[in-house]
Amino acid sequence: MEICGTHTVAIFRSGLRQLLPPAIQLISGPGCPVCVTANEDIDRAIWLAQQEGVIITTFGDLIRVPGSDSSLHQERGKGADVRIVYASFDALQIARENPDQQVVFLGIGFETTAPTVAAAVHRAAKEGLKNFTVFSAHKLLPPAMRALLDAENLSVDGFICPGHVSTVIGAQAYRELAEKYGIPCVITGFESLDLLQGITMLVDQLEAGESAVMIQYRRAVTWEGNVAARKLMEDIFEPADSTWRGLGEIPLSGLKLRPDWQGYDAAIRFAMPKRQVREHAGCRCGEVLRGVIAPPQCGLFRDVCTPQQPMGPCMVSSEGTCGAYYRYCEI
Amino acid sequence: MSMQRIGSTIQLDHGSGGRATHELVQELFAAAFNNKFLLEMNDSALVEVEGGQLAMTTDSYVVDPIVFPGGNIGSLAVHGTVNDICMRGARPLYLTAGFILEEGLALKTLCEIVAGMAEAARKAKVLIVAGDTKVVPKGKADKIFINTAGIGIVPPGIKVGGHNARPGDAVLINGTIGDHGMAIMCKREGLAFENEIRSDSSSLNELVEAMLKSCPHINVLRDPTRGGVATALNEIAQQSKVGIHLEEDALPIRDDVAGACEILGLDPLYVANEGKVLVCLPAQAVEGVLQAMRHHPLGRASCKIGEVVADEAGRVMMKTRIGGLRLVDMLRGEQLPRIC
Repeated sequence: MEICGTHTVAIFRSGLRQLLPPAIQLISGPGCPVCVTANEDIDRAIWLAQQEGVIITTFGDLIRVPGSDSSLHQERGKGADVRIVYASFDALQIARENPDQQVVFLGIGFETTAPTVAAAVHRAAKEGLKNFTVFSAHKLLPPAMRALLDAENLSVDGFICPGHVSTVIGAQAYRELAEKYGIPCVITGFESLDLLQGITMLVDQLEAGESAVMIQYRRAVTWEGNVAARKLMEDIFEPADSTWRGLGEIPLSGLKLRPDWQGYDAAIRFAMPKRQVREHAGCRCGEVLRGVIAPPQCGLFRDVCTPQQPMGPCMVSSEGTCGAYYRYCEI
Repeated sequence: MSMQRIGSTIQLDHGSGGRATHELVQELFAAAFNNKFLLEMNDSALVEVEGGQLAMTTDSYVVDPIVFPGGNIGSLAVHGTVNDICMRGARPLYLTAGFILEEGLALKTLCEIVAGMAEAARKAKVLIVAGDTKVVPKGKADKIFINTAGIGIVPPGIKVGGHNARPGDAVLINGTIGDHGMAIMCKREGLAFENEIRSDSSSLNELVEAMLKSCPHINVLRDPTRGGVATALNEIAQQSKVGIHLEEDALPIRDDVAGACEILGLDPLYVANEGKVLVCLPAQAVEGVLQAMRHHPLGRASCKIGEVVADEAGRVMMKTRIGGLRLVDMLRGEQLPRIC
């Protein structure tokens, strides 16, 4: 199973799946941050966008994800101020330029992006910016991988571990998975040859009956990872229980702002109402995210659910499994 | 008229040049204005006049930033319309220019833009013969929007159009892809590389003339602007009812453009070009035309990137570097930055 959405897309773009022998089957996992964001969090983001005097800043993919009744994209069409940024620091700039507005940054992503959001909170505090908050729906990957292995109806023989996330958390983060669950883990790069080598390393381990954490992506990933980035992340955030689409609530698999930094927590600054969450009938994104079904097995795929009119997040995101099947492969 | 697919409001996708734009154009504009010239859906329409054929087109320019490495919104407004005319094999002659200016626009900026237009028109040997100016209150437009329209004459014997690709044709391009879009994105996002990525914005009429001189039987010319090479090839495949096979290894992409695309999570196949032309032509003419193209400053890096096939009509497929085959779809939605 490849965990990371960037791997999923790289695999499809290279046409790798059709070249592999039938014994090797690649299953796409829950590593697209937009896809695993729970509907209730999407609804909260949409509610924030509807508030007077609020500017929503977000990474791009999220804006199309349908919530219960709307999407940020639709809200923007109706006049909400929703801005796509490429970096959390761009959101700070928007906050500086709009002192009379509340700027909320939607913190969606894994350990790759969380340190940059932590850095933005740090900077906002240093500058005394009062109109900047973060809505943190960040997620941590190793707890989700553990949850997948604990689930009953999934048989994964090895993990192609995420490349970007691992630059931060390091190979050491997967040690428990390899040792306790006996599952080979190889951290892999994104070029076709990286992927082929990563798969070979997994197969070699399986044939030798071993289960270790190995790094194929040596040019970017170390055993310890980026200690400074992790420290920054741990200064600002603390692990919290988090709900994943498809996987449900996983203990300590998310990040929330530590009590010292609550002044920058959108969930505290705004009294967000609890709403009834509505899932789209027939959408099987949850099963796709767990690797239980492939997208064409979903009844909505291609006929009802397309990248243009997505019913679920796996079709929206450029890194979503359904989007990759739709764009790159024929049925 | 079925407008269901379009939705209840206009979204940015409807202007992306990809599938949503196509649906809006087909289901609303083409249905309402219904005539045979429009329905050909080419870069410019060919209309019969006494003694020959006129190519006629119009385009509006709303690029942000209005000044970018390699050009500005004014030069772009000339290049884009000139290119739409010569994509029918026509010789562009006259343009019009309409300006929508936002209150507060610096006169110095406007002068720079107009100078860029004048220079581009001079180089392309076209005259800007009519114009219009409107000013709207601050906030009602973004600095400056420009519309240009143009006409040109199709020389006798030339039959170029998006519906003419034939199985067996080779597919050529006159250089690297994605340069314009990435020049704009890098400027907008403040991304800096060792060498600045410059827009390829330029008028292609001279190059096209040289190509048609070498081979008057060129079947298709198309400039891969919004939606990029992938979308333009999909349009050709659909209009001509043929399949197109690309070779990933043959696609010319600058290292810095590929790098910037990777950072921003974009695919160069969907990034806009403003000085590139895709060509479908009979295989036996390839060598001669490539030679003519490489002889011109705008065609030095010309190469063959694929071929037209009879099966898989309406689809574009790509043979990947490691030998896989995958679908190359039209642009769907805006291209958005990825987050991990």
